[in-house]
Formats: sequence, C-alpha cells, structure tokens
Amino acid sequence: MQNQEEINRLKNIVQDLLDEAKRQGASASEAGLSQENGLTVSARLGDVETIEHHCGQGLGITVYFDQRKGSASTTDLSPESIKETVSAACSIARYTSEDEFAGLPEKDLLATEFPDLDLNHPWGISVDDAIALAIECEDAARNFDSEISNSEGASVNTHQGTHVMGNSLGFLHGYTSTRHSLSCSVLAQRGESMQRDYWYSVARNALNLEAASEIGKKAAQRALRRLEGRTLSTRQCPVLYSAEIASGLLSSFIGAISGGNLYRKSSFLLDALDTQIFPEFIRIYEQPHLKGALGSAAFDGEGVATKSHDIVSEGILRSYVLSTYSARKLGLHSTGNAGGVRNLTIDTGALDFQGMLKQLDTGLLVTELMGQGVNILTGDYSRGAAGFWVENGQIQYPVEEITIAGNLKDMLRNIVAVGNDIDYRGNVRTGSILVERMSIAGE
Amino acid sequence: MELLNLARQAILIPAGIQDGDVEKIMSRLLSSPVDAADIYFQSSHTESWVMEGGIIKEGSYSIEQGAGVRAVSGEKTGFAYSDRIELPVLLEAANNVKAIVRQGQDVQVGLLNTKNTAFYYPVANPLKSLAEQQKIDLLRRVDSETRKLDGRIEEVIISLSGVHETILVVNQDGSLAADIRPLVRMNVTVIVVENGRREQASMGGGGRSDYNYFIDQNLALEYGKEAVRQALVNLEAEEAPAGNMTVVLGPGWPGILLHEAIGHGLEGDFNRKGTSAFSGRVGERVASDLCTVVDDGTLQGRRGSLSIDDEGTPTEKTVLIENGILKGYMQDKLNARLMGVRSTGNGRRESYASLPMPRMTNTYMLPGSHNPEEIIKSVKKGLYAKNFAGGQVDITSGKFVFSASEAYLIENGKITRAIKGATLIGNGPDVLTKVSMVGNDLELDSGVGSCGKDGQSVPVGVGQPTIKIDGLTVGGTSV
Repeated sequence: MQNQEEINRLKNIVQDLLDEAKRQGASASEAGLSQENGLTVSARLGDVETIEHHCGQGLGITVYFDQRKGSASTTDLSPESIKETVSAACSIARYTSEDEFAGLPEKDLLATEFPDLDLNHPWGISVDDAIALAIECEDAARNFDSEISNSEGASVNTHQGTHVMGNSLGFLHGYTSTRHSLSCSVLAQRGESMQRDYWYSVARNALNLEAASEIGKKAAQRALRRLEGRTLSTRQCPVLYSAEIASGLLSSFIGAISGGNLYRKSSFLLDALDTQIFPEFIRIYEQPHLKGALGSAAFDGEGVATKSHDIVSEGILRSYVLSTYSARKLGLHSTGNAGGVRNLTIDTGALDFQGMLKQLDTGLLVTELMGQGVNILTGDYSRGAAGFWVENGQIQYPVEEITIAGNLKDMLRNIVAVGNDIDYRGNVRTGSILVERMSIAGE
Repeated sequence: MELLNLARQAILIPAGIQDGDVEKIMSRLLSSPVDAADIYFQSSHTESWVMEGGIIKEGSYSIEQGAGVRAVSGEKTGFAYSDRIELPVLLEAANNVKAIVRQGQDVQVGLLNTKNTAFYYPVANPLKSLAEQQKIDLLRRVDSETRKLDGRIEEVIISLSGVHETILVVNQDGSLAADIRPLVRMNVTVIVVENGRREQASMGGGGRSDYNYFIDQNLALEYGKEAVRQALVNLEAEEAPAGNMTVVLGPGWPGILLHEAIGHGLEGDFNRKGTSAFSGRVGERVASDLCTVVDDGTLQGRRGSLSIDDEGTPTEKTVLIENGILKGYMQDKLNARLMGVRSTGNGRRESYASLPMPRMTNTYMLPGSHNPEEIIKSVKKGLYAKNFAGGQVDITSGKFVFSASEAYLIENGKITRAIKGATLIGNGPDVLTKVSMVGNDLELDSGVGSCGKDGQSVPVGVGQPTIKIDGLTVGGTSV
C-alpha cells in the first residue's frame, strides 16, 4: 500500500528542483526529498514522561556543470527557498575542480522495476494507547524482580516517511515506509553493584513487534544478569560475539570493502577481490528486495537498481560495495550501494545459542562493546567489552571493565562458527559469531 | 544592532511572524496549567568544502530552520517541532504539546526582551569572513604545503566547514533571549605509506570564530604538519601491551578522560533519576585531592562555549570536583527545578527538532604543580598516551573507554617506543582517585570535540594538564 498522493506532491517539488537547476545552467543534476511524521511517547516509573510529535522535511540537490559538482540542502520547501538552494549549489560548482569521475550514474544501471516491498504500515496508535503500551512494557520490567531498582523508562515510537528521488536522466521515483519500535531500559541493584540494560523491538508493521511484556521482561533479565560483574586477568582466549553485537563485526568488514575506503587506500582489504577473507563455510549476501524488511529498497541513494548478490561465498570476496563515484575511481561499475548495504545476511550454521556456547567451551561471551577502537586502514581492533565468562559451555559469571583486541584480518579469517540465533532487528542479519582467539586485557 | 533584533530579522520577519503571534503561541501553551514552557526558533546556515586527491572535490551548503515548542508539568514533557515557521502550524503544535496536562485555563502572555550580559564570541557570519576564492586558496595552500613535508605522504584530505546559527528562545514568563553562534572547523587527514605499510592520522581544530582563525598564526598549516608527524609515528608503532599499568596522559585532548569518566555521570538528569554511578554522592571524595574539574561555558571563542544555553540561561564556570570532593551537577531548567537547585546554564539541544537536556560545554581539569618531565621520569614502566580518538561511558556501571591514537611505552622514566592505538578502559567513580601527579601544563583541546547523548550531537571542548594515573587497563594485543 503506497501513499500515492503524497508521493506525487513530493515528485512535483523534485521535478521543479531539477528544472530550476537546468534553467540555471547545470548540465546534470540529482535531487532527493523526504517528508517525515512521527510520535514518540515514553513512560517512566509508571507514568507518562514525554510526548513528542515529529514533523520534518528536507531536500537536497547536487548539480553538475560538466565534471564540476556542487551540493545544497534545505528544510524550507517554499518556491523561493528552492530557487535559492539551487543557486547555492550552482555557485559552489563554480569553485570545485573538474573531476573526471564525477557525474550521474550510467542510465542503464538506474532502477526500472519498482516492486511493492511492503514497507508502509501506518500504526495509527493514539497518544493514550501509546502511553498505556509504554507503561505495560515498563511495568513488566519493574515487576519482574525485586532487584530491579530503577528505570530509564519504556518508549513507543511510530514513524512514517516518504522519500522521493530524481535526476536529470529522467529518473523520478518515491516510496513511503513506516518504522515502529518499542523499547525498555531498567536498572538492577544488589549491594554496591548497579547495572542497566535494555531491550527493544523494531518493525515496519506494528503487528510484528514483540509483545510489550516480553520486551520489559528481557530488559529486566539482561540488567539482572550483569550484577556483580568482575574483571578478568589479561589472557588470550576464544570470543563469542552474541547475535545482537555480531552485526558490528560484519559492518566493519563492509566498511573495509566500501568504495570510499578502497579508492582512498584506507582499508586493510585493498586488492582483496577473489581472495580468501573468511573460512570456506562463510557466505555473506545482500537481499535488498526482502518484503517488509528494515533495509529494503528498490533503488539506492543515486537511483541505481539494488540487487541481490553474493559479497562473499566459500569465504572468498566476490564483490566490493560501490557507489557510482567510487566505482569509477576503481574502474568498476556501481553495485547499487550508494548509502550502504541492504539486509546484509550471513548464512548460519546448525548450532543455536546453547550449541554455540558448547562450541566456545571455555572463553568469553561478549554481549556489549564500547567505544570506537576499530581502524579500518590497518584492521587493528581494540574495544571495551562486557559479557560473561564461560567454562565447559556453561556461563559462569558476568565480566566487565575488560577490552578485547586483535586484527580484523585474523578475526574474520578465524571465525569458527555462526549460530542460527539470528537477530532480525537491524539491517545486518547474523547469529552469534565465534572467533577463535583474541587478546583480553583486564586487571 | 542588538542580538534580539538580529534574531527577529533572521528568523521571524522572513516567516511573517510578529511578536503578537509569538505571544499567541505561548498563551496557547500556557492555557494548560504547566510548570514551564518554551518556544525555540532556530536558523542555521552551514557550508563545507573538501579537498582530496589534490582537487577541490566537494562543496555543500545547507539551511536548516524551524521551531520547537515545549510544555513541562512536573516530570512530564510535551514537545512538538516543525520546519515550517508558520502561525497555524505552531498553534497546532502548541495544542498537541499542552495536552500533557489535561485541564484548561485562560492566560495572556506579553513578551519581555532580555539582554545577554556576556558575549564569548563575535556575532559576525563566519561564512562571509572569506570570499569563496579565499577559502579555496586556503585549502590549496594547506594541501600543497602538507604534501611537501615528506616523501611518504600518499594522500591528503582537507575539510573546512562553517556554521552561522541564530537562535531565539521564548520562556513562559514571556522573556525573549537570543544568540548568534559562529562555529568553524578544519581538519587534515594524511595517509602515509612505507614499504607497503600504510597508516593515517588526522589533526584539526576550530572554535566559535571565523575562518581567519585558521589563517592567523598559520594554524591551518600547523594542522597539516601535526597530521604528518602523527602518521609517521604510526608507521613505527609496535603492538600495544595488554593489561593494567600506570598511564600518563598528555595535556589537552586526552581530557576526553574527564568528559567520559566523570562528566556524563554528573549531568543533572541522570542524578535526578538516580541512574548514575555518581547519584547522591555530592560531598564525597571521588578523586585524589590533586583534582579540581570544572565545566566552563564562558571561555572566549571555544568550541564548547555559549553566551546563553538553549534555554536562555547564561552559561557559567561550574565546579564539578574541588580538590577531589564532588561539588555538584550540571543542570538544565527541568532537572534543576525538580532537584530544587538552579540551572547552571547547561541546557543544550542539537536543534529545534530535539528536546534540551543537561550537556557539557568545555570540561577541564585545573593545573597542578608538577613539571610534565618529572611525571614521565617517575614512571618505571607504563604507557604515555598523547592523543585520542573518541570515547564512551555507561553512566550506570561507571565503566568508560577512550581510544588512544598516539601512544608510547615509558621504560625507566623515559619515553621509548611508539605503540599502536589501543582502547583504555576504567571505572569512572574511582579512576580519578588514582591520579597521583598533575602537571602545570594545562591545555585545552584544539576544538574538535562533538558529544553524543540520546542521539543528539553538540560541540564540546575538553582539556587537562599532563596527569599520571596509577593503574588503568590498556587494551593492546601483546599479552
């Protein structure tokens, strides 16, 4: 179901922008426009805390004067503002340099099919019902255990946005999508030890959200299990990344094979195409047309058709992740990844989370990572961590105030197993990931 | 011309909004018995230029403007914003927002102009401080001078950006306050290569000033030199050690320690709610008596400085820790009222589209008595961390991290080998109790910091003298 009237209204504005750019002498141009509406309601300690109504819009245009480029954006969609924004972009293009790689995508790569990806499911929840739902969620957490001592609250968010993009090659398309979420964050206390944790659910369709009481309960369980964490002595050991943080490992990998880092030579995976990056059992692929999924779209940020394709198979790097510009810099073609990957998925093995713990045997289960600490140029990796010490496949006690370190090149090559405990809540779909060995620093 | 009229001209007049319209919106907000209400108008113009691969590759210009209306009752907040500064839209927003309280009343508000009492930066538009061609020439000069510095330089990426922001905030008593905030930033990233090994480093700075800031005293060229120096050091860097050891932090930007380890934990909202590891600890010892830490929004021209915060409150120099004793928290209006104290001028918001909350400005430690060389000399075996990337904190458990980007081993009182970047992790409430020496070399950072909280980013500053910490966990690979 699409919001055709709104899409047409925005299409007209984008077309006006492109026409104005042509009038001002641009040889080519592309423009995007988004209109968003939403509601966020949060409750804390059993009562409503904030009600936020969101209403935002923004447009951006990039113009080309042959190989020179200029960009401008505004939140003001009045006709005068559109004219000024185009003028600002054109004025900038007088000062930027000729860049032989700059320009719109090749016309034959632009999307020509626009399947309904099932992304638009307005919730229509009233403010009162949203308050009640947030309170139900937080109550489930606060009533779960007497050691749940405080709360940062629960919140309900519903959001609908329409996005239209067009360019002077005649591309002009848009779609409306929704996104709803429910989250809860509570504190647990035992003696001097105080810990906080959270859980959330997010979906295009509110019917697919996890039950409020389940979210509250999980938030409480997660805060409780962290109480009385200890540090570890400095050592090397195997590390199991829980599913909800394992996506970060794959995102770092994607960063290293992204066009921008490759042409700047700021990646530890330069010239790695067709070489073994992962063990042979690993396959990683993109599924941009998955119905109702959070990362789905028929075209990328430049209007290039997105496509399902293998990025890694049999552990070998099969494709980079490229926009038009980075592709040209590398002498390749866009892979439809302007703006990133969509529904990145890794094939999982046969083990569930318990099975993965058994496979880990004795080592560290990491459930939280802190800080940046990832150098994509060198692959050096060093991050703050919290989680659990595991012996003989059994969780022993919570650990905190430690770091885990290694080099991404070794870490990816030495993945032992991927669990089937997939976390579907984000744009990267993976189960827990077991890495053979990393350095742990502690007391 | 005074700030209020400049702000009216920048935001209200182009939108056709009169003072009487603002009174109508506020009266509508107050037609429910709320404790506090405000309307925040903002107009911000931003430009950025990027030079890469020896060419001026990108330029962009953006205009962001809108208004946010808020009503607060007890601990409850209603909020709505719009990019459209139009009377019917804002009246509708006020209707939605005041629904946080259900009874009605009839109130008339009259506007009351206020004057800022202190000015920590000029009102001039930084975007106009250089002609376009001069901005391009500056980038080109930094590029060519930097590339000349060493044969191992493979790529130089330079960015230059400026913001000209005008805000106008109306409070429930009808008081109107305005501010015009310039902000400029420049950054140089260098990639070097030697025998197939590739490393990079960045250096930059800026402040609430105009582009001449980078030209006076040749700061722009200094950024290039410093980026090259750090990148070349990284070419020599060896595996970092892992484990708990004595750590000496250099002056300036390593003050990110203070921001993460104690700053966030001392923000009023977390302490009102009792979710911070520092909650209820005012008057207690949280640092060695060598440590005095302040948050200071009143420094001239600093990236984190503000003449008034986003609620119209003048900023202050707030003592957080004095000789090791916790003195107080950073407050916005809502949390101050609920805790029975006054706002410290720390109410900040990313834009009209987000709610204000207690945020830091410039957070730094006052200097001590030690010569920095003495401090290094006192360490038999440890780590000297000179430069950092970002950091993060869990305010409830108190655990914080910050990642070194330039570090060395200290062996027998001397700085010896360079080591690879590594994350340092510690516990906020006790890390400063382990500070055993504080240098006399206080420095503030060069003006690069941005702080994220609840998805909102604001510019901040940090600083400190050289300090010695007797035991912090260093997350290297060499076990």
